[in-house]
Amino acid sequence: MLDRLNFPQPWLSLLLFTIWQFLSDGISGASVVMGIILAWLIPQITQGFWPERPAFIHAWRMPFYLLRVLGDIVIASFSVARLILSTRKPEPMFVCYPLELEHPLAISILASTISLTPGTVSADVSDDNKILLIHALDVNNEQEVIDAIRTRYEKPLLEMFK
Amino acid sequence: MITIALYITLAMVVLAALLNVYRLIRGPDAPDRVLALDTLYINAIALIILLGLALGTRLYLEAALLIAVMGFVGTVAMAKYLKRGSVIE
Amino acid sequence: MSEIAEYVIAALLLIGGGFTLIGAIGLARLPDFFTRLHGPTKATTVGVGAIMLASVVYFSVSHDGIGISEILITVFLFMTAPVSANILAKAAMHIGVKPMDGTRGNPWEQ
Repeated sequence: MLDRLNFPQPWLSLLLFTIWQFLSDGISGASVVMGIILAWLIPQITQGFWPERPAFIHAWRMPFYLLRVLGDIVIASFSVARLILSTRKPEPMFVCYPLELEHPLAISILASTISLTPGTVSADVSDDNKILLIHALDVNNEQEVIDAIRTRYEKPLLEMFK
Repeated sequence: MITIALYITLAMVVLAALLNVYRLIRGPDAPDRVLALDTLYINAIALIILLGLALGTRLYLEAALLIAVMGFVGTVAMAKYLKRGSVIE
Repeated sequence: MSEIAEYVIAALLLIGGGFTLIGAIGLARLPDFFTRLHGPTKATTVGVGAIMLASVVYFSVSHDGIGISEILITVFLFMTAPVSANILAKAAMHIGVKPMDGTRGNPWEQ
């Protein structure tokens, strides 16, 4: 029993504790105690779902990446809005994107980014984590999409997870 | 001025919800309906936030947070049901 | 409340409402499921994000502190929107929803 009194995922525990403080109105004794209990309990219960430790090396690059993605999201919604409101028919396309990233967390971050940025939604990952299927709303050719994603999002992620 | 903007925004969000309901009824496939429901709960969150702004209270934010969590779980459960034929295997 | 804050809040509200409406219009009038997926994941998420930002500004200039709950909801929405889009696309491909005529490339099935 005593050997279970540890925090297998320290960052997750810290995050859970902080979020709990935000959720409860103001920091008090009760919220701190409850926060510690949750920060211990939830990683214990979900440990089976975390097969390996995340391999962040350059985590400090994350804020820059997030800022860039946030800016792109705003641009993305304007371009999607223009397409929705125009009478022209969209020219959709399924694109197979060959992944260079290997870490599952990195791939899921890239897939989420793709879904939130201009004209693309990630639809599926192949079983061997090598190819990402992307649905593009309105593009001319496949290579354009692949190049844009490679230089804009995958390169920074590769540097973060190397 | 905020009041006027608030009413215009409310009208827009309600119209958006009606369009979602149109897609929900029209279909044609099950994933379309799930997508309509997904968008509908996000619109419901927007409506609750606007209500909180109109009444000048923050009590409703807790409800919005709960809808966000439950709506996501619901969408995932329905999509999983469509894909696998059962939610819990 | 200052004049500038009022303008900011009103503008954010209108932008948010506009994007929410555009997302719904996209959902209603785009031709097939996979194109419809684009409207809600981007426009609606940004719309609700803008409304939430208006709420943050409103409550932080009027009385009690910065709204953490709003920021948590927004972050949560931005994290979950791509996940639901992805899982819905998977479900649609599994069922065999037909993409519209003129779609290049193929959805694959595993």
